[in-house]
Amino acid sequence: MTNLAELAQPHAREAAPHTETLSGAEIIVRLLERQGIRTVAGIPGGPILPFYDALSRSTRIHHVLARHEQGAGFMAQGMARVTGQPAVCIASSGPGATNLLTAIADAKLDSIPLVAITGQVPQALIGTDAFQEVDTYGLSLPITKHNFLVSSAAELLEVLPRAFEIAASGRPGPVLVDVPKDVQTERISITDWPAPGTRQAPSPAPQALLQAAADLINGAEKPILYLGGGVVAGGAASLAVQLAEQAELPTVMTLMALGAMPVDHRLSLRMLGMHGARSTNLALDECDLLIAVGARFDDRATGQVAQFCPGARIVHIDIDPAELHKIKTAHVGITGDTAQVLQALLPLVEARQRPAWLARIDQLESEHPFPLPEDSHDPRSHFGLIRTVAACLDDEAIIATDVGQHQMWVAQAYPLRRPRQWLTSGGLGTMGFGLPAAIGAALAEPRRTVVCFTGDGSILMNIQELVTAAQEDANVKIIVMDNASLGLVHQQQTLFYKERVYASRFQAVPDFVQVARGCGIKAVDLDKSANPCADLLQALSSHGPCLIHVSIDLAHKVWPMVPPGAANRDMIG
Amino acid sequence: MTTQTRASAVLEIDVNNHAGVMAHVVGLFSRRAYNLEGIACLPVGDGRHSRIWLKVMEDERMPQVLRQVEKLEDVQGVRLHGGDHPVFTGLAAHFRQDG
Repeated sequence: MTNLAELAQPHAREAAPHTETLSGAEIIVRLLERQGIRTVAGIPGGPILPFYDALSRSTRIHHVLARHEQGAGFMAQGMARVTGQPAVCIASSGPGATNLLTAIADAKLDSIPLVAITGQVPQALIGTDAFQEVDTYGLSLPITKHNFLVSSAAELLEVLPRAFEIAASGRPGPVLVDVPKDVQTERISITDWPAPGTRQAPSPAPQALLQAAADLINGAEKPILYLGGGVVAGGAASLAVQLAEQAELPTVMTLMALGAMPVDHRLSLRMLGMHGARSTNLALDECDLLIAVGARFDDRATGQVAQFCPGARIVHIDIDPAELHKIKTAHVGITGDTAQVLQALLPLVEARQRPAWLARIDQLESEHPFPLPEDSHDPRSHFGLIRTVAACLDDEAIIATDVGQHQMWVAQAYPLRRPRQWLTSGGLGTMGFGLPAAIGAALAEPRRTVVCFTGDGSILMNIQELVTAAQEDANVKIIVMDNASLGLVHQQQTLFYKERVYASRFQAVPDFVQVARGCGIKAVDLDKSANPCADLLQALSSHGPCLIHVSIDLAHKVWPMVPPGAANRDMIG
Repeated sequence: MTTQTRASAVLEIDVNNHAGVMAHVVGLFSRRAYNLEGIACLPVGDGRHSRIWLKVMEDERMPQVLRQVEKLEDVQGVRLHGGDHPVFTGLAAHFRQDG
């Protein structure tokens, strides 16, 4: 049994070393404890059982039993997205590992620090097509930042801290550690424990590049600041707002960066790209300088690249050197930590006002107002619902979404005001992300209310996690915007496939309220509510999981829209 | 089929020597539909490190691929050589059609 006083003072242990004989499984548990991990999500199975046996004796780590490994992966993502720290998910070999892959790939594309630990068949059986054997290392290779197949218990002492270090350093990302069963049962003597793996300090950007960037900003007449997820990951949101205010820079955000600047800030032009406001994309079309910070010029943000900000010079700041010049050649490319670079840039940037440019943007906004539908004050319409939910909550709430029309409507309409308030699957666009990510967020920050906006298509892709929400009494409010369709598919078929609607309308739909109750959580159907605002407020303000069902008219589309492959200036709707 | 107009290049990549490294490096090229014309790899010194030599046809994707290779955790360094580097010309004798 672990001595708790000793664990609380790891340095005291190192000062008076003593030798312990531990199994690989016990070593993993101890390393996770020393790493500061207090909650893990996973599902056990044969080849990971030695680890689970050791975990059962940990008094420091709470294991959340998910109902599907993908759910466990997204719960870990939820924890990582709200805290910024690497979070851990666990799966067994074979199907356990393959079920994790989507959540890992999702973390890779959104640069989320994750450490996935998978059991593997004993080394003697690797390569024999053993029961539940799959090449987890090979499968995870292109979707992780790095991965390990551990070949001895001693190696764990090096690999696990390194996994956390890699996940958290530079551009964050997922790391997979595959541990054969015999490595988990191998017993070795340990005297010295490695230091926990932590984020490596980024190297400072060269002063000459910072000055070149500042010169471009100081000389620009029509600049736009373009914030991406790297601003959130780098903890640079307040510095970005400071830069915007100091140099009076109108600011656009990618889907991943929403909330980095409060979306209702006077300089905020909100989200750019495929479903951004038309005036925002037209302003980008006219800008003479684009200052990209922690953004990667994703195709949903840029539209047709050659036509994106055609007259602009580009300053690109990113911690990942491979992002510079990848899509657009930057005039000044700076590899560096977003917070560090902005901090160093601020004293070089002149305070000034840009009345002519702001007036031009005001003009674009009044010429192209956001197309709000007529029913947007009805709490049972798509925008009305989102606005009513926002009115019931403050900025402490966490807002998660699934993927589809509801995701874009929330991105357009919810007043996101702080970094890490917003959890959404941006790069991979994974339906099924929302519910387990919201549960993970609630586990990591139990005092906050976590709202998960979802659709009837998305929720079904991980609906089994309703049971996990009930089991953990997670404070998640699942709002199902139900149009009995795969709405974005339906929208694309309607617009771009001559209304040949196929395989996007559900012939059979579940009774979501009954399903929720059957899984042990409260549910309310606003369709049948005499006072939907009051019922919504009641559901959002009482503790614990609750599902809120609202039918949405399938005629509503996500407007405006850049047709796939078109330039951002050519929006429709 | 190789086009005569494109120049070939040789990459020299220093890596940690373990079972997954070749897959990491080679996979990075194949995922980008970037064909490798030649591969050679041997351990260096005490065997904790290896050197991978790759022969590729240069095109506009090359700078991006190089930056991605440099990001791999197990890669210590990458050097770019001209296509006439002797590492592959020396091997040519083993690749005659008649064996």
